[in-house]
Amino acid sequence: MDSASDKDQKWEPKIIAFLCNWCSYAGADLAGVSRFQYPPNIRIIRVPCSGRVSANMILDALKAGADGILVSGCHPGDCHYISGNLYARRRFALLKNLLEFIGIEPERINFSWISASEGEQFAELVREVTTRIKTVGPARHLVKEIG
Amino acid sequence: MSNPSDRPKGSVMVVGGGIAGVQAALDMADSGFYVHLIEKSSAIGGRMSQLDKTFPTNDCSACILSPKLVECGRHLNINLMTLSEVLALEGEEGAFTATVRQNPRYVDPAKCIACGTCAEKCPKKVPNEFDLGLGKRKAIYLKYPQAVPLKYAIDPDQCIWLKKPGRCGMCQKVCPSGAINFDDQPREIQIEVGSVILALGFSPFDPSILDFTGYGRLPNVVTAMEFERLLSPSGPCLGHMERPSDHKEPRRIAWLQCVGSRDINRACHGYCSSVCCMYAIKQAVIAREHAQGPDLATSIFFMDMRTHGKEFEAYYDRARAEGVNFHRCRIHSVLPAGHDDNLILRYVGDDGLINQEEFDLVVLSVGLEMDRQAAELARRLGVELDPNNFVATSAFRPVSTNRPGVCVCGAVSEPKDIPQSVMEASASALEASRVLAPSRWSETRKKEYPDERNVWAEPPRIGVFVCSCGINIASVVDVAAVTDYARTLPGVVFAQNNLFTCSQDTINQMAEIIKREGLNRVVVASCTPRTHEPLFQETLRDAGLNKFLFEMANIRDQDSWVHQKFPDEATQKAKDLVRMAVAKVRQDEALAYNTVSVVKRALVLGAGVAGMTAALSIADQGIPVVLVERKDRLGGHARKFYRTWQGDLVQEYLKGLCRQVEGHSHIDLRLGTSVERVEGSVGQFKTLLSDGSKVSHGAAIIAIGAGSHKPREGRWNYLYGKHPEVHVLLELDKRFIKEDPALKEKGQTVFILCAGSRVSEKPYCSRVCCTHAIDQALHLKELNPDMEIFMLYRDIRTYGEKERLYQRAREKGIVFIRYDLDNIPKVWDEQGKIQVEAKDPILDRPVRLHPDMLVLATAVRPKVDADVVSRAFKCSMTSDRFFLEAHMKLRPVDFATDGIFMAGLCHYPKPMDETIAQAKAAAARASTILAQDAIPAESITAVVDHGKCVGCGVCTMVCAYNAIHLDEDSRLATVDTAMCKGCGACVAGCRSDAVTLKNIGNEQIMAAIEAAMEIC
Repeated sequence: MDSASDKDQKWEPKIIAFLCNWCSYAGADLAGVSRFQYPPNIRIIRVPCSGRVSANMILDALKAGADGILVSGCHPGDCHYISGNLYARRRFALLKNLLEFIGIEPERINFSWISASEGEQFAELVREVTTRIKTVGPARHLVKEIG
Repeated sequence: MSNPSDRPKGSVMVVGGGIAGVQAALDMADSGFYVHLIEKSSAIGGRMSQLDKTFPTNDCSACILSPKLVECGRHLNINLMTLSEVLALEGEEGAFTATVRQNPRYVDPAKCIACGTCAEKCPKKVPNEFDLGLGKRKAIYLKYPQAVPLKYAIDPDQCIWLKKPGRCGMCQKVCPSGAINFDDQPREIQIEVGSVILALGFSPFDPSILDFTGYGRLPNVVTAMEFERLLSPSGPCLGHMERPSDHKEPRRIAWLQCVGSRDINRACHGYCSSVCCMYAIKQAVIAREHAQGPDLATSIFFMDMRTHGKEFEAYYDRARAEGVNFHRCRIHSVLPAGHDDNLILRYVGDDGLINQEEFDLVVLSVGLEMDRQAAELARRLGVELDPNNFVATSAFRPVSTNRPGVCVCGAVSEPKDIPQSVMEASASALEASRVLAPSRWSETRKKEYPDERNVWAEPPRIGVFVCSCGINIASVVDVAAVTDYARTLPGVVFAQNNLFTCSQDTINQMAEIIKREGLNRVVVASCTPRTHEPLFQETLRDAGLNKFLFEMANIRDQDSWVHQKFPDEATQKAKDLVRMAVAKVRQDEALAYNTVSVVKRALVLGAGVAGMTAALSIADQGIPVVLVERKDRLGGHARKFYRTWQGDLVQEYLKGLCRQVEGHSHIDLRLGTSVERVEGSVGQFKTLLSDGSKVSHGAAIIAIGAGSHKPREGRWNYLYGKHPEVHVLLELDKRFIKEDPALKEKGQTVFILCAGSRVSEKPYCSRVCCTHAIDQALHLKELNPDMEIFMLYRDIRTYGEKERLYQRAREKGIVFIRYDLDNIPKVWDEQGKIQVEAKDPILDRPVRLHPDMLVLATAVRPKVDADVVSRAFKCSMTSDRFFLEAHMKLRPVDFATDGIFMAGLCHYPKPMDETIAQAKAAAARASTILAQDAIPAESITAVVDHGKCVGCGVCTMVCAYNAIHLDEDSRLATVDTAMCKGCGACVAGCRSDAVTLKNIGNEQIMAAIEAAMEIC
């Protein structure tokens, strides 16, 4: 009992963030350049475009043990590849519904637009997302655990 | 040239590092000339870098600008000279000698790593001119966060040490790389170039001389440029929009238009600054987005709303619908409200009554004027200025100055917006290279690399370089622990910690280590790949490794800098990021540096002024052109034009142009021909023409023109086609060309502007009609000074220096009566006599006119066959059916599809000078392709596994570049590597996992995800 609650207290969520190279990854860099602080729970994976992120990648991340996902791309109309972010938006609207249906808390899946000039907004977003995922606790639905 | 047998120089000097100068430099360098880019401040970027958003797309200015700046800064054939000014220019076209003074930076750019420690410790705080004094910077500073070059500079007027050596020197003490050099001295340098491009930009008008605005006296009266900084996320209030007096968010903001423009009384600037109406609307819209509280009230006080550009009118419509208030009146004075630092404006409302309204903040929409230093420079170089002090140009030579070999672009020749400046920049690049063409590639440098080692069969031998970045990383992250940890990772055979991985000596050492240790993959854990990946990839190539066998772990910008208070977590995160990068690089493969060979021939579609100018511009460089025209004669729309707004006769010019085209040995003219089908992609197009021939070409320019709308029916018909004396604008021009004697006999002429334009059926503004109609009215006055002329208008849009025509028209007694859509003019025929009735808003009663001639300024409308062309070339159009450029601001003549460019009226209505500039710009952009033997293509492209492809075609639907197509017989998708941009939309869209992106495939990403979840 004790060790379990101990474990829960020490638990820190692991969040995978898929950021598009042209806007959101640059926004994350700007947060750094401007020294805006945010919690160290996220692990950023750079993709060319938010449109590159498939439903599979998100499911795989959840299966691998991620407690939450953040996908961020350019604002509508700003996509470096014309329309990739719009496909992404549509894809995640559907995926989120599906995941909710199978019992994954919607708080775990986050989608956002961050431009290359929004360093502070990026930091704020990470703070929000981290808090949100902390409140729902560890993800156990898709993780196979031994014992 | 002193000796005509000498070859001209193969280099050029571009003066001014704003967006125009940067574009001109890139176009010149990409088409085979060595460029010296001279910038007077410590970084390039110019005015655009200070803007928050740009109209009409609301793009973030810094985001769209930065990639161009980085490209410019890294270009092998651009010599960037910051803190420099041109002192003198001797010699002549083809062989100039420029004297340039380079002022000291006091920071060695080769050593500065832009860590910012110096500025943090510098004790001297001074107003930051980048924020127009609203914020503070230090005496050692970076001009702005995305500055190129990203190097600090010391302000000699503020530095304590430089004023009294020995007094401070803090920066020198703390600089981890020893970059501070207080002994730096100014240097004078002689540069030999073949031609010069002046892109000197503008200065915002200083409203302190206009007492009525209260500027400088009332703290909450700011200029629009200052307001841009208040809106900007990187500005003094981090995008929170605070007013200066009490740092509270304003709830009511007013914009006053035409401050320092269209004002011959006090500001001495008669011209219109062209951009202020749009930027004021943009600021109102963005301010409403920024506002935290509910319902920010925004009001714009204007004389004429000038939204004359592409998609501008729609932007204006949207702003009104969203609740921005527009008041048509000029404010007499801005008064203090007497409490809370608020301001009072008194104005006449639509009801004719005087209103008094209180505002929290007043923004002055200041105009653009010639920069004083720029004017001095122009004079020093012997370049003539026009009466408004801008660099003088002419309608048919819009980017040339009086001095041969000295070209000009951007706002220095007339106030203009960003796309127009960019367009001119490309045009000036073409003009500047005209005489230099024989020396193309003679002074440029080309990098040579050793042969690459084939590592395909080798097991991974990964080297990890962990950077301390001085103390930027090391002060938070335990870099030694990260380096030790890296050694334990599978595949890693070498790991090392460096103080500065990007310093020249470490780079050299890295190349040695790759060879010595036989590394076949490299990971650098340091800063962001966005700035440093190319540098390290270059090192791999120098060491004989394929540059794609490389990954970066961003442990500074996304780790040490954002978790400063959590060293343990940051160290753990750094280990995770290194593990992820190692996991991914293990899967990386060597990729081909794809290239496409270029067919050195251009196809130009349309033989109007735009098409002919573009064709000649390319053919004059010795590149063959196939010029295709649907009609059986040259000239297009311009055949109907009498004169330009500057007063030059069009027909004579057109005849000369046609003669040149017909007699040109490099132009293959195909009259009465159209395009049937287009295949291939940039460098390798194959186009089938209606005469049955097939043309191979490397690039294409579409210049199919437009027509004028003829209102044969509906409420804007106004007796058109029913009464012989009712014309559209160009029909009157025809009578001018024929010198019709009957025109002199007219006693009264009425013009109706916006006849069927800016209404729901045709929502856009046709840009040219106001100027054209006023110029026609002036010509009628020349023919018969006693003629009565009335102009019924909605807004007069004589933008830029065209305003002088409007001024002259009023001087000549031409009467302007404004109408609005609730009271459009009525026209009828009474026994053969035209009757016009309009409601005069000043008299507030109807006015009856009995003109002998009625002229309708109708819309410029797109060609009906524009759709056909759009389908053939697979290029998009706007909802108004004009062609859609790749980027509204920064790629105004490029289509999203590479290798296809546009010019002239098919892009948007525009006057002759802008058409010629755009045609030259299109030719310049096409030349950057046609000057090469082969062009690089994206290496990270999609590939389809045909074994898995089910032929559903989703990938073809999501591809924005038409780069993937489904074979009709085999039902298998194939990627056209030359067209693929590597966005991965098809990969994510594929339902059978058949498509993958090279090196960013599902395996690589999954490897990174799994690595992220491992616990070490």
